[in-house]
Amino acid sequence: MKKNDAPKPEQPSSGVSRRDFMKISAVTSALPLVLGPKAVHAAGEDVAVLGPGKVPVALNVNGKKLQAELEPRVTLLDALRGQFNLTGAKRVCDRGACGACTVLMDGKPVYACSVLAIDAQNAKISTIEALAEGDKLSPVMQAFVEHDAQQCGFCTPGFVVAITAFLQDHPKPTADDIRHGLSGNFCRCGTYSGIRAVALAHTGGKRS
Amino acid sequence: MTQYSWPDPATRPLLGKKIDRVDGPSKTSGRAKYTYDYYPQGLLAGSILRCPYAHAKIVSIDTSAAEKMPGVKAVEIIQKPGTEIFWAGDEIVGVAAVDEGTVHDALRAIKVEYEVLPHFVSDAEPPKTVAADTGPISSDDFQDMEENQVPDEEVIAAIQKRGISFKPSDKDYESMKGMGVDSSIIAALKKANYVEGAAKPKSPYKKTALQTQGEPDKAFSSAAAVSEGVYGMPCIVHCCLESHGSCSEWPSDKEIVVHVSTQNVSGIAAQLAEPMAVPAGNINVLQQNVGGGFGSKFSVDRWDVNTATLSKKAGGKPVKNMLDRKAEFEVAGMRPSAYGRVKIAADKDGKITAWDSRSWGTGGVGGGGTPPLPYIFEIPNQRKQNTAISTNQGSARAWRAPNHPQAALITMSAIEDLAAKLKMDPLDLILKNLEIAGPRKDTYREEFAIADELMGWKKNWHPRGDKTAGPVKRGLGLSMHTWGGRGHNSNQDFTINPDGSVQIKLGTQDLGTGALTIITIVAADTLGVPMENIKVLYGNNRYPQSGGSGGSTTSGGVTSSTRRAAVNARDALLAKIAPALKANPEELEANNGRISVKGDANRSLSWKEACARIGAVPLSVTGKNPDKDQPPDLTNSGVGGVQMADVSVDTETGIVRVNKMVAVQDCGLVVDVKTAESQVLGALIMGISYSLYEEKILDPVTGIVLNPNLEFYRLAGLNDIGELKVHMMTGKGYDERGVIGLAEPPVVSPGAAISNAVANAIGVRVPFLPLAPDHVLAALEEGGGSHA
Repeated sequence: MKKNDAPKPEQPSSGVSRRDFMKISAVTSALPLVLGPKAVHAAGEDVAVLGPGKVPVALNVNGKKLQAELEPRVTLLDALRGQFNLTGAKRVCDRGACGACTVLMDGKPVYACSVLAIDAQNAKISTIEALAEGDKLSPVMQAFVEHDAQQCGFCTPGFVVAITAFLQDHPKPTADDIRHGLSGNFCRCGTYSGIRAVALAHTGGKRS
Repeated sequence: MTQYSWPDPATRPLLGKKIDRVDGPSKTSGRAKYTYDYYPQGLLAGSILRCPYAHAKIVSIDTSAAEKMPGVKAVEIIQKPGTEIFWAGDEIVGVAAVDEGTVHDALRAIKVEYEVLPHFVSDAEPPKTVAADTGPISSDDFQDMEENQVPDEEVIAAIQKRGISFKPSDKDYESMKGMGVDSSIIAALKKANYVEGAAKPKSPYKKTALQTQGEPDKAFSSAAAVSEGVYGMPCIVHCCLESHGSCSEWPSDKEIVVHVSTQNVSGIAAQLAEPMAVPAGNINVLQQNVGGGFGSKFSVDRWDVNTATLSKKAGGKPVKNMLDRKAEFEVAGMRPSAYGRVKIAADKDGKITAWDSRSWGTGGVGGGGTPPLPYIFEIPNQRKQNTAISTNQGSARAWRAPNHPQAALITMSAIEDLAAKLKMDPLDLILKNLEIAGPRKDTYREEFAIADELMGWKKNWHPRGDKTAGPVKRGLGLSMHTWGGRGHNSNQDFTINPDGSVQIKLGTQDLGTGALTIITIVAADTLGVPMENIKVLYGNNRYPQSGGSGGSTTSGGVTSSTRRAAVNARDALLAKIAPALKANPEELEANNGRISVKGDANRSLSWKEACARIGAVPLSVTGKNPDKDQPPDLTNSGVGGVQMADVSVDTETGIVRVNKMVAVQDCGLVVDVKTAESQVLGALIMGISYSLYEEKILDPVTGIVLNPNLEFYRLAGLNDIGELKVHMMTGKGYDERGVIGLAEPPVVSPGAAISNAVANAIGVRVPFLPLAPDHVLAALEEGGGSHA
């Protein structure tokens, strides 16, 4: 087998050199996409063609500006995990069915496996890592511990993020709200009973 | 004399209470690290090209284009041209590259030519013309029997009757022993007649000999009631949320460091040593947390060997390959299907007198499981026969309580149908027959009384068919189960440091069951210190060996080794400080964070002061399980549990909803009631999931899995579970049995309890799980339903 030890190309193969990008981004920093030499005219607009090589991506995650060179096909989830070591969001189904990768984009829960990193550039992203303050658990996390709402724990961060957002929208959820509002995440060990108790704790424990 | 036995309720501050899981904070905050989360410097991505056909022969493989691609660091052909492939998804070529995108581009550039062969994926009832296997047992037949857990006495009878067509060497016998083949079987093999094996006609069916006990014909003909039915459940998939896989790196050309998602930290190195030609001692296996296993993560898989091989080829750089979801469904294990055509009879008093079953099922190429039929009840007159069907799909793996959920569904459904025929409440029928319900019969009786109360069974049960108006019908069903659960081999190092902190090292793992928590509880309880003083180091094969987490053996194993170690450490500490307290060691006790002279509160030292007298070198002891030199036995085998389900069935849409489930469970001494209850709640939820939704669907035309993902393979969600009540049996009659495992038993009964509740609601049996709308509507239409 032939080894390929060629060094990585210095310049991304998108046709946009790093230097060009710096110039362009200086004047178009408000645009979600960086217009490069390749563009197509679609729906009355010039739309940048990115990739297939790596392009610079800047993300606002947990209040920090993070930068990486990524292929446009890389998802927000894989960028968070592989580039920035934010591994609380998990990759399970990788196609928007299970919710284990849930993060907040501008305060709304999204499946990070179904958002491209390049499309997340203008949003404020919060991951599970930002919901606790250092070693101090958030009230939702604390409730998860008290109600033993985790077993293997692989779905847990996704659930914690989803419930945190859900309780912001439903400060006093009814049992019905909970049933419908928390059906976007799967657990395999069977921790729903504890998770339901976490959400119900906010109604004063009543199964209204 | 050192007292290792479990302490009395009066003198155990932590044991048997409801205590939060110690790894809860790290898991809820997302800090807990799993194998999938390991991203070392210079990590290469690994992935595998898999066979798209259910049965094929590899004609040629061309990897040249992939090898030339920038960023590709290693390519390894896993199965060479000429190899016959028996299931879709089997491994063909592995690739490592700088990132996942490049790996997938490279996999697409590989050209493999196949000769497609005919496949067979149906687990429908075998034709009646299939004859029982009579020729000599081949090596493959024998392996299939062992993998399918055919009872030892049946294997021995078959060996004696049919002879064997292979000649095991001494080395073979050694490896059989290593794999847990019973010595009575090895003895039978050694004595067996060697018979030249004739070429067998190709057939997917392996039928056991008909087994008869008592006089079934006579019993059936003189019975007051005979019920006949067909019942069963399809293949389902483990769906561990963390997929299978590992990350390997080579610090030198003789050492491997492996991060792996496993239930078997202490058992991985030995399995990897041979294929990698590296001494097991040079392989360091690491895992902090595991995202689910359920029986499917004990072995080093071909993809793990490939990952280590790719790493070596890439100069030792770390390579990680975690299976994608499709591969997970194709090759990473499933629970075998099982179906049975059953005839069961009772006399006029409701005593069950006779059983006849013809069962079948598949677990992939090797055949199927052998459910222990009839389940629990030792029916005096019986006749049974099982046919294992070999199908072209990835092999079955242990799935929580192998063969028991299938046996419970088939048996408990038949008993419920018999009760309906007798116009009896099935609870009454079972209570009448508890005399033949084996060693846990008294436990079942107590548990049914509690379950009756929690469910309101006697108050709410109605004869079969809800007669109230409207399309939605409600019904109750029940089931019962048993399991062994004796603690496995476990060893540990236990150290008290001069600063008062305590550390325990053992090569175990916590699958989310609470193993880490119960180890901590037992240590803290024994030393009389807060749990915060105890640090458990686990998930590393360089720590003392502890068994794999399978068959509900971990709780009994790790708590027993911890109790012995903690008692040894405590007594050594007491001996050290006795002179300072002017007492004999036997006069001292450790509790509430102090070491005191019994009955004299003035003569005491705080835990910290006491530990400061250890000296510069920490106090270190060991503990193990089992340990005949340090009696008594602290674990035990054999538990009983019962469950009841309350369901509503919409007879217009066929949708079944679980309103409520009740589980009453025994597991000997409960160490932490909180995590134990969670384990049972989890089993109920997993049970609701497989009862109502789950089925691995294979396309008969192409042989591939049609729903290898979490959209079309449905798992229960938070909206689907109803009200759940768990009652753990504790106190006298239970505590003194010692610690027994709990992971398997409560997942056995839900299928039968829910299926029985549906039959009670709508008045007809839906024969097969999942109790999905199409199955329910078909049963309503046909008044029975069929599996074809």
